[in-house]
Amino acid sequence: MIKIIVLIVAILLIAFIIWWFFGKHAENAGTATIVDNKQHANIIVNGGYNPTVLTLKAGIPTTITFNRKDPSTCLEKVVFPDFGINQELPQNKDVTFTIDTSKTGEFNYACGMNMFHGKLIIK
Amino acid sequence: MSVTKRFIIGVIGSVPLLLNMILSMAGISLPGGAWLLFFFGSLVYWLAGLPFLQTAIASFKNHQANMDTLVGLGTTIAYFYSIYAMFTAPKGTYFESVAVVITLILLGSVFEERMKTQASGAVEKLMDLQAKNAEVLRDGTFIMLPLEKITVGDIIRVKPGEKVAVDGVIKDGTSTLDESMVTGESMPVKKTVGDSVIGATVNTTGTFTFTATNIGNDTLLAHIAEMVREAQASRAPIQKTVDTISNIFVPVVLITAIVTFAVWYVFIGTSAVTALVFSVSVMIIACPCALGIATPTALMVGTGRAAKLGILIKNGEILEATHSIKTVVFDKTGTITVGKPQITDIISLQATENEILRIAAGLESSSEHPLAQAILNAAKEKNITAAEVSNFAAISGKGVQAMIDGQEAFIGNEKLANDFKTDNSLHEKIVKLQNEAKTVILVGYAKQIIALIGIQDAPKPSSKQAISALKKIGMQTVMLTGDNKLVAQAIAKDVGIDEVIAEVLPGDKAATIKKLQKRNPVAFVGDGINDAPALTTANVGIAMGSGTDIAIESGGIVLVKNDLMDVVTSLVLAKKTYDRILLNLFWAFIYNVIGIPIAAGLFTTLGLTLSPEIAGLAMALSSITVVLSSLLLNSTKLPTNTASNKKVATA
Repeated sequence: MIKIIVLIVAILLIAFIIWWFFGKHAENAGTATIVDNKQHANIIVNGGYNPTVLTLKAGIPTTITFNRKDPSTCLEKVVFPDFGINQELPQNKDVTFTIDTSKTGEFNYACGMNMFHGKLIIK
Repeated sequence: MSVTKRFIIGVIGSVPLLLNMILSMAGISLPGGAWLLFFFGSLVYWLAGLPFLQTAIASFKNHQANMDTLVGLGTTIAYFYSIYAMFTAPKGTYFESVAVVITLILLGSVFEERMKTQASGAVEKLMDLQAKNAEVLRDGTFIMLPLEKITVGDIIRVKPGEKVAVDGVIKDGTSTLDESMVTGESMPVKKTVGDSVIGATVNTTGTFTFTATNIGNDTLLAHIAEMVREAQASRAPIQKTVDTISNIFVPVVLITAIVTFAVWYVFIGTSAVTALVFSVSVMIIACPCALGIATPTALMVGTGRAAKLGILIKNGEILEATHSIKTVVFDKTGTITVGKPQITDIISLQATENEILRIAAGLESSSEHPLAQAILNAAKEKNITAAEVSNFAAISGKGVQAMIDGQEAFIGNEKLANDFKTDNSLHEKIVKLQNEAKTVILVGYAKQIIALIGIQDAPKPSSKQAISALKKIGMQTVMLTGDNKLVAQAIAKDVGIDEVIAEVLPGDKAATIKKLQKRNPVAFVGDGINDAPALTTANVGIAMGSGTDIAIESGGIVLVKNDLMDVVTSLVLAKKTYDRILLNLFWAFIYNVIGIPIAAGLFTTLGLTLSPEIAGLAMALSSITVVLSSLLLNSTKLPTNTASNKKVATA
């Protein structure tokens, strides 16, 4: 009897994992604040990038501040292949850098090991 | 808390646990029993291991999973089971596994971090080459100023042993400079008034002053550093495939762990504990990290090493494209050849070579024609003073004449020969030189032709060696030029190029590259100034030419030195880097493919099982191996330029 329960639980767990990780879920989106024709956004790094999808307005000088709360060494770097940025993120410290918004489009970025992903949308 | 600190706590907690394990095998048990194990196991779990679980929970909320998910979950299950077991079956706890696994994985991270800093240090090392300050002329005196205070147009003095602060042009003085740190050129270069100097290079012999032309982010060094930084942050296209795997990797491992438990417990009928151990081992041994770091670390080491050699590889895409290159197309002028006409032959009929050059230089001394420059340069190289000339006159369409030492002297093209009585052997010699695509110049003195001078835009010293090295690695070589067929074929024959496409208009170069691409992927080597369209059309554009901005922009690979041998080096290095990426990926993949089934107990019948501790060790080793394999790129053998080094050394 207990074996059947274990089996059912196992199947339910697997179903849950598939739904949770592979299913469609609303992405955590955000926009930057614009003050004096300057754009700024904060991204908190904790088990991923919050917001995961950041929408920026094109053609405005833009800065992004990353703050890594997460202790994982996986997240200690953030890499923007399209912008040539490979930035160290010390834990619990604000790291700010500028983003070139002259080109529009969707730009993916990731952690140093490419396990966590974020996206910039410039339009 | 830093990884290193967590690791130290891990060691402190693990040692007593391991000691207990060994002693209990010998039949000795430490006082305190299960409580002692609980104490040390908890120390490691809560202080060193908890951050894994924290990240796991945070990423879980974002629907993401990674290495921390596996380690965090695996150790947590083992830890809480052990607490339960402490009361029910005190002999069956797994505290030492929890502690050892956490410690080993942290050890892996510590090593990895160290090696990654080593792998990514190229840019910092480059920028460290800069001088910190310089002697700048202000209000008539030279004063020491920090680098940031220098502006364009400043006059800067450099003494022997000092570093050139910024890019500029020598205003006064002569010296020899060691440019190896920027261009990779190992031999010191002689520079004099009007020559450009590069920031961060070292002045070795004389004192000179120069005018600053590029400062701050505009210097060649800054451009190089920026390019390396961008290359190191880029991703190779193959990474996309890897990403698809790593995105599903962790959830799939979690599912495998559940299946493992269910199969052992439900179908095979082992105890829940045995099934749990197999399941935890699966979580611990799986290593998504190795997959994640396989490409970036190799890319970093490869591009970093290339930069040190004066070869700038723009990004991972170029690196991957280089892998499939079968044809290398060269521009002729300035790429295979020096780009300036040079004297290649002096056929003396009467006078000595020095005397011929003295007269020829005298006659050409006021001319700015490139051929005249070739003669003047040759005389200058041999320290021959040009003869004094008077009564200078042009011989229409043929050359010039003048009086030298009381006698009539003349110089000009082969048409001059018709004005003199010549024998057949002279004509034969002229035709022979012309067949070699050389321009023939006749020198006469006292109504006699005294010499024939052959002038040609000669191949660079390293061209022949570079072409044969390319052939050795299986490349088809093609020369593309706007020059006439005869000249092109002669040069091609001299350096050993397979195929010549001559008389191509500058605007048609890109179209010709396209045609060649129909056969197989093409790399184009040019100097970047007028070859920009061809450079961008080719699968890989290799721009030569002292790091000009245009070259940096249009080339996928930029060679700082003007040495053709670097084409070979860059292709070989790019290939080796890409091969290393593939090897790393293969290793990371195969490790998981073999490791996970063993951990799941698939081979138990063959006597092959893993404890969670061994699984932890294997995982730590697997990612270390990948980084180590990338670092090995720093010491792989590369073709080097033996020809030009020897030449300079004996000169």
